[in-house]
Amino acid sequence: MDFFFEVLIGGLLAGVMYSLIAIGFVLIYKASGVFNFAQGAMVLFAALTFVSLLERGVPFLLAFLVTLAAMILLALLIERAVLRPLVNRSPITLFMATLGLSYMIEGFAQMLWGTQVHGLDLGVSDEPLEVGGLLLSRFDLFAAATAAVLVAVLSVLFNKTRMGLSLRAVADDPLAALSLGIRLQRIWAVVWAVAGFVGLVAGLLWGARLGVQFSLSLVVLKALPVLIIGGFTSIGGAIVGGLIVGAAEKLAEVYLGPLVGGGIENWFPYGLALLFLLVRPAGLFGERAIERV
Amino acid sequence: MLYREAGQFSSHYAEDRRIFRLRQDRLGLVFLLVFAFILIPWLGNDYWFSAILIPFLVLSLAGLGLNLLTGYAGQLSLGSAAFMAVGAFATYNFELRLPGLPLLVSFVLGGLVAALVALVFGLPSLRIKGFYLIVSTLAAQFFVPWALTKFSWFSNDSASGVISAPKLEVLGISFDTPAGRYLLTLTVVVALFGLAHNLVRSELGRHWMAVRDMDTAAAVIGIPLFKTKLLAFAISGFFLGIAGALWAFTYLGTVEPQGFDLNRSFQILFIIIIGGLGSILGNFLGAAFMVLFPLLLSNLASLLPQGLIDAGQLEHLQKIIFGALIIIFLIKEPEGLARLWQRLRAQARIWPLRH
Amino acid sequence: MPHTSAQPLLRLNHVSLAFKGVKAISDIGFSVAHGEICALIGPNGAGKSSLLNVINGVYSAQEGSIDFDGTTHRRLRPHQAAELGIARTFQNIALFKSLSLLDNVLTGRNLLRRCHWLTQALGLPQARAEEDAQREAAERVIEFLHLQPWRNSIVGRLPYGLQKRVELARALAAEPRLLLLDEPMAGMNAEEKREMSHFIAETNREWGTTLVLIEHDIGVVMGLSDHVVVLDYGRKIGDGTPDEVRRNPEVIAAYLGTRH
Repeated sequence: MDFFFEVLIGGLLAGVMYSLIAIGFVLIYKASGVFNFAQGAMVLFAALTFVSLLERGVPFLLAFLVTLAAMILLALLIERAVLRPLVNRSPITLFMATLGLSYMIEGFAQMLWGTQVHGLDLGVSDEPLEVGGLLLSRFDLFAAATAAVLVAVLSVLFNKTRMGLSLRAVADDPLAALSLGIRLQRIWAVVWAVAGFVGLVAGLLWGARLGVQFSLSLVVLKALPVLIIGGFTSIGGAIVGGLIVGAAEKLAEVYLGPLVGGGIENWFPYGLALLFLLVRPAGLFGERAIERV
Repeated sequence: MLYREAGQFSSHYAEDRRIFRLRQDRLGLVFLLVFAFILIPWLGNDYWFSAILIPFLVLSLAGLGLNLLTGYAGQLSLGSAAFMAVGAFATYNFELRLPGLPLLVSFVLGGLVAALVALVFGLPSLRIKGFYLIVSTLAAQFFVPWALTKFSWFSNDSASGVISAPKLEVLGISFDTPAGRYLLTLTVVVALFGLAHNLVRSELGRHWMAVRDMDTAAAVIGIPLFKTKLLAFAISGFFLGIAGALWAFTYLGTVEPQGFDLNRSFQILFIIIIGGLGSILGNFLGAAFMVLFPLLLSNLASLLPQGLIDAGQLEHLQKIIFGALIIIFLIKEPEGLARLWQRLRAQARIWPLRH
Repeated sequence: MPHTSAQPLLRLNHVSLAFKGVKAISDIGFSVAHGEICALIGPNGAGKSSLLNVINGVYSAQEGSIDFDGTTHRRLRPHQAAELGIARTFQNIALFKSLSLLDNVLTGRNLLRRCHWLTQALGLPQARAEEDAQREAAERVIEFLHLQPWRNSIVGRLPYGLQKRVELARALAAEPRLLLLDEPMAGMNAEEKREMSHFIAETNREWGTTLVLIEHDIGVVMGLSDHVVVLDYGRKIGDGTPDEVRRNPEVIAAYLGTRH
């Protein structure tokens, strides 16, 4: 039974890492209705920029700030060159545009910083820690704590500031928000910048775990089932979805994997997400709109 | 002055429906077919057949398969390569396990198996709309190559699931040379494009576009949504399956499941975005672009001084340009190269007037 | 010829509909006779569009039932309603915007086809013959509504008034027994309204189609319809001939009173 709980909690903690990526998605989806496939590329770009600066002798904090500045610049560029011209287009068109965007960012990041794998040490060891008789990864606990702080900061940002209020107005009804004098484009730029920041945090944690390399941009594929299960519009949903996917994936790998020969972690979350969709098409926390005709 | 429609009137509905209403267009098509079937095999060399023409034709067909589903029926899919893989492995197994089965029959059967698999992954489309649906197609994209690698029966127990082309023989004539493989591919592709062209202009094609444009209205006028969507998945799967078989056997010769990965699916999606969503011709234009552009880019790079840009950098540059082009096309010309071509033609029709 | 036929074509029995607990329609019942033009009127938010959506199955009523041509239906699916011969147009035009006018009208005839899609894809003779027959029927509707000049235009690029007429054409192409029109004249100028009223009256006369329509312009309603049903806040407050409704004190208070 201890083994079961160890797998379960290990899975839940791994799920937090998925949630981190998913939060970036949710922010952008809420504010601009865009399903941003480029979130993975943004994570890669952030991690690669940060680690490259670090390797060139830039101090940790400065590297963090410079990378953040780069992410904000990227957000402004995206708003200007991609979102603004595509306003009022179908969600599928916007999605395809972010596919193009992810190709551009990946190509650019690798052209700028090269393709070799970089190690990233955040000063948190990955040695196991005994908590109540269970062996847990110290790094995973650190990641979970970071995620908790991030969510707390975001909720303050959205619930206590004027910007947050405008953002919720935009998410609720873009047209009405527009007529109240809220500047949609500024909101978008801010949200994409915040998503860039979330991408940076995710990039550092994932980079420390897997090494900073191209495959980081593929974590977007892990976040997708998380979003489907949690719903596209809820940060809480992203967290819960991440936990569900993380735990289910680990349990399936341990208990189901041996039966079919392993290697199921690529498609299992998708199968799970499909099951959820068939029962709750808008996700656990998403709202289903009444169709008006 | 050659391109004029004056004096060409349709006096029957059937004439009005013709693929090419203008005599000049029909002549053009005949010329193009003569060129492709007779002149090219005579003039081309092995490099052109193997490295350019065959992949161009197969990618056009794959683009067509996805375009039926995404461009016409409006159902986004990121699982095209999975259905290609099913087609390739199914065709391989039909040839392997039913000795004496004609090659073309194996292609069709392989396509049908791919259609069936696509249909299964299309089932959620009744409940799920828009980009939620990419979950279902991504599930296919990750599940199929896994299953083909994991269960070695599919590849007749070969190492890491590699399969090789059967003998390319139709009616006792061997098509194993580059020119032969080109002709075989061309024949299959032309036949399937003809079929698709009829299909999108038939009632089913209209239903697809109706569901794409406004599904609620489609349901209200009695179009069966579920059947229409499932047929789109199945027929798209059929075309992709045959494209996969051609990719494996007339283009590459040997292939493994990982050859049909997510990047291949993206490539096919890019073909239809650049070529033109909801266009038949666009698939050729998009595929031609996809095959020729990297060649053009590397040729340009080789003009630069040695060592200025290496192969790796070129690949990144190519990625950036592809990404940028996708965005530019979506912004400026969502109907792709096909629309640009149409405009050119419309201008030729009234030349030298401007409007 | 209102109220003559023994059995109505359509009858609503105690229909109620709510969205997440908010009542849109409460306990509504009325009948529509064969061949009549019935107008649904009432202020915005009275539940008129929701009622049309219930009749052709876009929404499912929580309570009540619908009799169509003598058969009682607890709930209908849109597809089922179409098969029964119920066609409709929408308040916000719901055309297939990237298709040509002709193709839009042809989609309206989809239930009248018999050929399998495969015979069409292969271009077999019977499929071609059917295509010709359907085209001819579609052309009749196009001619009836004077839409010939725009036959091959993409409907998304046609002006608003014409799009409304194309939607009527698509609905008529189905040769419906009951035609539901949701504000067919909304946003039109006087000239366009006159034209549309004419087409609606002609449809009723020449094709014998029974019509239920929602309209705000009282002048148009009174001139066009045989039968008027008045809704207010999801309840029925009036039901009768235009003259009867005009004299109904509750209706005057709730609706007409604000106008005159």
